[in-house]
Amino acid sequence: MEATSSIDPELEFTSTGVNSSKLGMWIFLASEVMFFTGLIGSYIVLRLGSDTWPDPSQHLATSVLAINTFVLICSSLSMVLGLQAISQGDQKKLTKYLLITILLGTTFLVIKVADYVHMIHNNFTITSSLFGSCYYFLTGFHGLHVAGGIVTLVVVLIMAKKGRFSKSHYDMVECTGLYWHFVDLVWIILFAILCLV
Amino acid sequence: MSTAVGTAEQAGAAHHDEHHDMGFIKKYVFSTDHKIIGIQFLFTGLLLFVLGGLLALGIRWQLAWPYDLPMGEMFPESMVNATENAAGETVYTMGGEFYTMMMTMHGSVMIFFVVIPLLTGAFGNFLIPLQIGARDMAFPILNMLSYWMVPPALVIMLIGFFVEGGHAAAGWTSYPTLSAISTAYSNVVPTPGSNWGQTCWCISLFILGFSSIMGSVNYITTIIKMRAPGMTMMRMPLSTWALFITAILVVFGTPVLASALFMLIMDRTLGGTFFLPRGGGQPLLWQHLFWFYSHPAVYIMILPGMGFVSDILSTHARKPVFGYKPMVYSMGAIAGLGFIVWGHHMFQSGMNPALGMTFMISTMMIALPSAIKTFNWLGTMWQSNMRLNPAMLNAISFVAMFVIGGLSGIFMASTPVDIYIHDTYFIVGHIHYVLFGGSMFAIFAAIYHWFPKMFGRNMNSGLGKIHTVLTFVFFNATFFPMHILGMAGHPRRIAFGWDKVNETGYEFLADVQGLNEFMTMAAFMLGAVQLIFALNLFWSLFAGKKVGNNPWGCNSLEWETTSPAPHGNFGPELPTVYRGPYEYASPLVDEDYLPQARKLEKA
Repeated sequence: MEATSSIDPELEFTSTGVNSSKLGMWIFLASEVMFFTGLIGSYIVLRLGSDTWPDPSQHLATSVLAINTFVLICSSLSMVLGLQAISQGDQKKLTKYLLITILLGTTFLVIKVADYVHMIHNNFTITSSLFGSCYYFLTGFHGLHVAGGIVTLVVVLIMAKKGRFSKSHYDMVECTGLYWHFVDLVWIILFAILCLV
Repeated sequence: MSTAVGTAEQAGAAHHDEHHDMGFIKKYVFSTDHKIIGIQFLFTGLLLFVLGGLLALGIRWQLAWPYDLPMGEMFPESMVNATENAAGETVYTMGGEFYTMMMTMHGSVMIFFVVIPLLTGAFGNFLIPLQIGARDMAFPILNMLSYWMVPPALVIMLIGFFVEGGHAAAGWTSYPTLSAISTAYSNVVPTPGSNWGQTCWCISLFILGFSSIMGSVNYITTIIKMRAPGMTMMRMPLSTWALFITAILVVFGTPVLASALFMLIMDRTLGGTFFLPRGGGQPLLWQHLFWFYSHPAVYIMILPGMGFVSDILSTHARKPVFGYKPMVYSMGAIAGLGFIVWGHHMFQSGMNPALGMTFMISTMMIALPSAIKTFNWLGTMWQSNMRLNPAMLNAISFVAMFVIGGLSGIFMASTPVDIYIHDTYFIVGHIHYVLFGGSMFAIFAAIYHWFPKMFGRNMNSGLGKIHTVLTFVFFNATFFPMHILGMAGHPRRIAFGWDKVNETGYEFLADVQGLNEFMTMAAFMLGAVQLIFALNLFWSLFAGKKVGNNPWGCNSLEWETTSPAPHGNFGPELPTVYRGPYEYASPLVDEDYLPQARKLEKA
């Protein structure tokens, strides 16, 4: 594809050496950071501007959400272990860790939905207060990102089963991992500012 | 040419092959070739330019002759008012709601569906790989998806015209509370467009934003990763530089608008109160989020134009661009400053005045890089032996109109002056000088300049010159009086200033109503002149004069390949770059240009 053979020695070096899909993923994540900045920034502005902000612990099941945080952090760990496995060429281990990551991610979503149902039952809804709007909005968008991540992970898992990754070729695993860690990081921030502060 | 869908075997066999046959649909509809995608964006944008233009003419008619709407019987009864005049004939007038809806949609369509897709979508896709010497974008399928998200967005936007309650009518800025109150969660009288129109508007813009982000991820990766051998960043043509910087603005700005759009959708459909004071929300928050995107968006709409014009001026003036590096750095400075000036749209919104002062200073700082660019353009043209073809004439018009638009911007940027001219026709004049006088002239220039590369034929120069000169004249006749109207205190976004037949409206505007009528006549002429352009475009597509690889004697890489460029852009080997793109009138060669890819034997 590239006519590297014809490069004149006096020509300056033009390739940055970064992998295209990884670079693209980082740029996309930069964009995602701005999206969540918009959401979280609005939450901070609305909360600071309000005189009657309810006490989060009254409405939220902090302990359940803390467990959920732990689940998601574990899923990040298994993602890293999967990446490490394939970087050493171990396809079996990759499949195993991908499966664990998907299960943990799904567990997170299931707990999330159960939490929603419980809270709606307790009359904490989008319309009940501004805090309610913010809570469902922020966690809902995060949940959608987790769901998207799980779908991608399933695709990666199927590819891994078919043996599409090897020691020298695992870009997609790495990019999915980047996205997954980003989603994890966003949740940690959301958990802190929604439940703890 | 086969119209059948390319089969799977065909696609498989075609992999890694440069000259392969694809079915019609794969080649021209669901194409992953950046050139075809660029041309798709071009025609979509131009088609919607017609819609946006017709909406503009409707607005202008109402402002000039509010007492008589021709063809009023064509519109739904709820939109127009029918009265009988003394002679017993039914006279239709446009309701205020109808006017506001047209004005909102004119702005939304022109900004989001015409100018941004034409600049970044059409020319961004077409030019970037050709100018940096790549075979295609880094992610061709993502690129195809970024185009194919536009039609759904468009359909949703157009559906808005037919939903109950009419389309969004809160202005293209859609400020809450007007835009956030919906019939579902409010016991107040619904505002126009508050049924589904505004929600359609939000969803449509979100899809469009996603499309821009995907496109921009592609542009940035392509430019960083896929430059031909020897093509260093500082050897890239300024068009590519401009598109690169614009893509960065899109990536960082658009998601913030997306978050705000979702909050607005939630307020409207799920009963949230992010922007509604009744639940503790803040209407001002929308303005901050909206302008955090939409001010950089102003630069998204002008920076690519600046890049194209730099290339075109240099080519047709047969001189190197004056100050290449300052041009690059000033674009970077404009983009960087663009993120910290959004508050200058909100001086009169009740924002803290101390904040207004900081925004005023940062805004005025933008005049500095803009002035560097303007003087460099003048320096490029200075004492040159320029070819006055349509592309060049449009580029010169761009520089002239951008200066007026830029200078009128400084009036608004200073807080004390803004108190008087805020929300008057002065700002309408300003935005049209930068968006039509700036971006649209740049788009016309780019079409005239790159048409040969897109279709292998040249556009008719005579018709092009007539179109350009008449557009210039009628553009100024339409929009310059807006500054005077603004000074006279004519507010923007009102359905009419003074109705001289029924003697209603604002009496203090009776004196300037004649000016409004003059502007409307000029606007209709401006619209009519565009027919010359449309005619020229379609005639040239099929019957224009065929051209060779490099009809303009241009240096950059896109002119190294055939016109139109083949699939894969270049021959078996990518070109190698030896110098910058503006070596015109070089003493090293006999011709007056020295292409980037030509290797010179050492003396």
